[in-house]
Amino acid sequence: MSDITYKPGKEPHPRETRRIFRNIDREGYDPSIKCYIKDGGYKTLKKVLAMEPAAVIDEVKKSGLRGRGGAGFPTGVKWTFIPKGNTKPVYLVCNCDESEPGTFKDRFIVHQDPHQLIEGMIIACYAVQAHYAVIYMREEFPEGARIMQTALDEAKAKGYLGENIMKSGFDLKIVLHRGAGAYICGEETGLINSIEGARPYPRIKPPFFPAAIGLYGCPTIVNNVESLCQVRQVMMMGGEAYAAEGAQRSPGTRIIGVSGDVKRPGYYEIISGSITYGELLYDLCGGPRVGRKFKAIIPGGASAKVMRCDEVLKGRNPDGSVRNMTIFDVPLDLDSIAQHGSMSGSGGVIVMDDTRSMPKMLNNLNRFFAWESCGQCSPCREGNPWMLKLSTRICNGQGSPEDVDLLKDVADNICGRTVCAFGEACSWPTQAFTTKFRDEFLALTKPINALKPHSPEAAEARKFLTRED
Amino acid sequence: MSENTNAIDAVTAVRPSPGEKYFPKFEVTPELVEKAKELVALYPEGKEQSAILPIIHHIQEEFGYVCPDAMPWIAEMCKSTPVHVAGIVTFYPGIHRTCPGKYHIRICRTIACAMAGSEELLPYICSKIGVDPASMTDEEPMAVSPDGLWSIEAVECLANCGFGPNVMINDTLYSQVTRRKVDELIAEYKKK
Amino acid sequence: MSKKPALLPKDEAAAEGKVNVQINGKWYRFPKGTRIADACNSVGVHVPCFCYHPKLSVAGSCRMCLVEQGMPPRLAPGATPTYNEDGYQTIQWMPRAIIACANTVAENMGIRTDGKLCTEARRGVLEFLLTNHPLDCPICDQAGECKLQEYTSDYGSGTHRFTESKTKKGKNLSLGPRVNMDQERCVLCRRCIRFMKEIVGEEVLGVVGRGTHNAVTCYPGTQLDSNYSMNVVDLCPVGALTSKDFRFKMRVWFLKSTPTIDVNCGTGTNINIWTREQQVYRITPRQNDEVNSCWMPDSHRLNYKYINAPERILTPLVKTDAKAPQRPSTWDATLNLVVEQLHKCAPVEVAIIASARMTNEELYMARALARQLGVTKFDIVPRKGENDGMLISEDRNPNSTGAKLILNKTGAGLTNIRRGVKNGSIRSLIVLGEDVTEEAGIPAEDLAELDYLLVMAHSESATTKAADVVLPGVTFAEKYGTMINVAGRIQRLNKAIEPLGEARSEWSIMRELTELLGCDCPRVIACPSPMMILEEMALEFEPMKGLSWGNIGNEGKVILDTGVTIPLIEREKAKK
Repeated sequence: MSDITYKPGKEPHPRETRRIFRNIDREGYDPSIKCYIKDGGYKTLKKVLAMEPAAVIDEVKKSGLRGRGGAGFPTGVKWTFIPKGNTKPVYLVCNCDESEPGTFKDRFIVHQDPHQLIEGMIIACYAVQAHYAVIYMREEFPEGARIMQTALDEAKAKGYLGENIMKSGFDLKIVLHRGAGAYICGEETGLINSIEGARPYPRIKPPFFPAAIGLYGCPTIVNNVESLCQVRQVMMMGGEAYAAEGAQRSPGTRIIGVSGDVKRPGYYEIISGSITYGELLYDLCGGPRVGRKFKAIIPGGASAKVMRCDEVLKGRNPDGSVRNMTIFDVPLDLDSIAQHGSMSGSGGVIVMDDTRSMPKMLNNLNRFFAWESCGQCSPCREGNPWMLKLSTRICNGQGSPEDVDLLKDVADNICGRTVCAFGEACSWPTQAFTTKFRDEFLALTKPINALKPHSPEAAEARKFLTRED
Repeated sequence: MSENTNAIDAVTAVRPSPGEKYFPKFEVTPELVEKAKELVALYPEGKEQSAILPIIHHIQEEFGYVCPDAMPWIAEMCKSTPVHVAGIVTFYPGIHRTCPGKYHIRICRTIACAMAGSEELLPYICSKIGVDPASMTDEEPMAVSPDGLWSIEAVECLANCGFGPNVMINDTLYSQVTRRKVDELIAEYKKK
Repeated sequence: MSKKPALLPKDEAAAEGKVNVQINGKWYRFPKGTRIADACNSVGVHVPCFCYHPKLSVAGSCRMCLVEQGMPPRLAPGATPTYNEDGYQTIQWMPRAIIACANTVAENMGIRTDGKLCTEARRGVLEFLLTNHPLDCPICDQAGECKLQEYTSDYGSGTHRFTESKTKKGKNLSLGPRVNMDQERCVLCRRCIRFMKEIVGEEVLGVVGRGTHNAVTCYPGTQLDSNYSMNVVDLCPVGALTSKDFRFKMRVWFLKSTPTIDVNCGTGTNINIWTREQQVYRITPRQNDEVNSCWMPDSHRLNYKYINAPERILTPLVKTDAKAPQRPSTWDATLNLVVEQLHKCAPVEVAIIASARMTNEELYMARALARQLGVTKFDIVPRKGENDGMLISEDRNPNSTGAKLILNKTGAGLTNIRRGVKNGSIRSLIVLGEDVTEEAGIPAEDLAELDYLLVMAHSESATTKAADVVLPGVTFAEKYGTMINVAGRIQRLNKAIEPLGEARSEWSIMRELTELLGCDCPRVIACPSPMMILEEMALEFEPMKGLSWGNIGNEGKVILDTGVTIPLIEREKAKK
């Protein structure tokens, strides 16, 4: 691997382990099948096609691979949920509707290394015996769609897709289906409805668990782009070897996208759990911008609950004793951050420094969620615009302290009462922001206009009004 | 919805757009029918409705937007109903119901890009292309420049958060866009 | 130590194909697969729902039916469950509420609707639904029967915390010829859309927009004009869809509803008539899963205007001379005159045309009258139309089956009567409840040639105009009686309003006439009510054996195997 060189300025950090992103920004690499095969592509597929499908599922189960779309459900286990004795066709859907703010990883796979995904998909389809698969790609990747379609055509021409793939007797058709700019299509059942040509309303579970009743009423496996690439990785390395690396409960590598107020935002592929948030932000990302301090971190995409950087967290030592720590000491795996009330989700880390007004940040997220709510179920449809209106009013200095409590209360009323996880997720930022940065919200509700303009009190109250202030 | 338009008729009401001069008028040609049939054939038999979105994308590419005449036609091709197609067309923000300009600018306004300055960049781009930012509302997110060359829309996350502010012009993404880069890009596209 | 029951409740229930469910602390048994909402409602624990309707697919989107649910704790591998002294496992309550419409009952499941979790969920959902609602109950037709209003009063909080501006949507929109829409009142339960798609099979309604701008609409240029369109008004839990016919006519709390049946075709759709004082305001379908499910056609629903129309005949009318106009008279004088006149007629020159729109009781009395007069030229008027493949039967008479059973008549003799009137062999005609110039095909000129024409009818027609005597009868809303539908089901008609003016129910007119004509049979003249006539018939007709007014019930009883089915009901059964 040492022969790989990267484009200038795009070299991976020494603490990174590039597997899925091995070819991203690689010098002399292009998305063509020629390049991919030269690099050893489709070899794993050949190996897999010689195995029994059940053995492939076993291998993935053994690897402990967990989905990378955000929920972290074990991929191999998901595959076994297809009802026994099923006689309907099985479908596989690749969720490439990367739309969680803060997450940007699938984009690069699609644009720069599409065959990796195709190979992963063929492997997964073979494992679950699906002969029809759909890549659901968000509309905002028009070039990605062209690259992917070319890649699919190339793969078909080379006999990796279509009938009797590599003389194994296995047939597979992959269709590229483009979305049209809706966040809700990232929710697997909303995505299925979108493919079916219905309004992408998420479906109720029960009874519509995709593995049992999914696309066209048939068993359907929905996997994230990165998950499918990881499947290829698992089959390349072997399940046990894969499981041995990284955090015990979430092995393998993870792609972390860092955005916001750090010196070097971007994507980093690391062994899960091998570094902490502190190491990520200070070493890999170069720390805060000059003269600034980190204030808050959203650790797993916009819907994850925000963490204060000065928050004292209780960590457990190996001997069972409790120690005080901060977010910077939390390892970057799927579960550690969940113990502290947030989630690692899809690996999008958004960092805010001390110049940021937190109510403004929340208002931005609320606008996102209000805009993206599909409007199917009442709490989310009516609650999100309400939260947006409240936070806007507070940001404009027209709120009262009661409005801050009301804002939190509205979020509590949405949480746990919606059709899909989106509804949950939209309430989390408000719950976390208003609890953890309550002082900033309250500061905005003070009648600052009545204060003497240059009094220290007024300066304090105005501090969070805008960034420039 | 304007005061005197009935909310039902508003579903297919079209706002005239100067961008229309850069796109052909929607017309059902044999080629279009052929293309639609091809898209329908991608999906399993009896699942023609799946092709609604792909056909819409094709229409947008050809004609710029989905005009009201297109909806019943799409419904016919996909064995659906006009109201179903209207439900889809009005759901997705990526589907235009007004003709965009020749160059359609999308600027991300979600948290990471907003932190990187997209909110300040938006009025700047508007002023460069001669559009009033106040005309961009929830109901009409897109504004078209009077010369029809440009249209602009603030969109949610473009999935390139580490490198904001992100701006898309037609199909191409530009990241870490500054005012200077805006000037350059606009000059470059004008030359095309 | 507690003694263990010999057989655990779960085994007992399983033997019946049922499961044990604890609802608000009490144990009940339900068939497997019962929805939680249905289970709770069946035992009197009310679960509020907007989007759920038992006849439509489950949407699960209103989130009003959230209930607290629990199951026995998951066992560690190898562990055996423990049971309390009643034989149940302890219930571990889930931290989040589930929707009662989409989830089904399971063994040893616990449901709570009186806990904090459930009460707060309901209050929260209602508060959300009201944020963008116009709160215009004082001018809303649905007020009084609005689920949003009822639930808010039952489960909501008295105050509202929403002080922002509301989302604006379309108001007073015409969705179709009979249905109006107010999008702001809509809670987006999508019942109307599902009904049109799943039951009627026409996707004319849909949701457009996204998020808070979602709105139900039809496509511009198309209309909600199906003959079943008004069912969406009944389905709409709020005031979003209103009936153009009933709009702004009357507050529903002033109305009395009477369960009865529709008489526009042989299906005998079960309905409620909504009245105030002597006025009928609207008709709505009444659920009967064997007859009409929960629906009815618009054409039948709106065919009630004749009840209070100016064409109603409110007093007996008598012509003193063939050339003289009809003049109002009293019942006593009229009936005596009729008896006198009928005595003059030779029975072979008399024909009676009765109607399959009459109740069984009326038909029975019509037979008694015919027998008393010795008339043998006696038949009903058949009435055929097109079967719409839903609820409208091709038989447009509501009681052809009854006429067949009681009179053994199907209309086959009508041609002879028509011919007789034409060629003059029939000199006198008694018409009971029909306008013979229409379906029976006897032109008014021919009627004018008759020596004597006696008509019993509730409204003016070409036939009544030609009559020597008109006896004012009543409409279906003003009488009791029974009818047998095309599928052989006997059903009850109930009186919703008192007979208008001097009009009398037909059975009593005919009973009195028969008595005055000299009948002394106690089985005819001793009947003081339709209920008693029914009991008489029960003695005579084999299929009616054992029937009484009480045991027919509100849903009727199948007494004949006609082999005829109702398409919509067949489809509904096939779906199960």
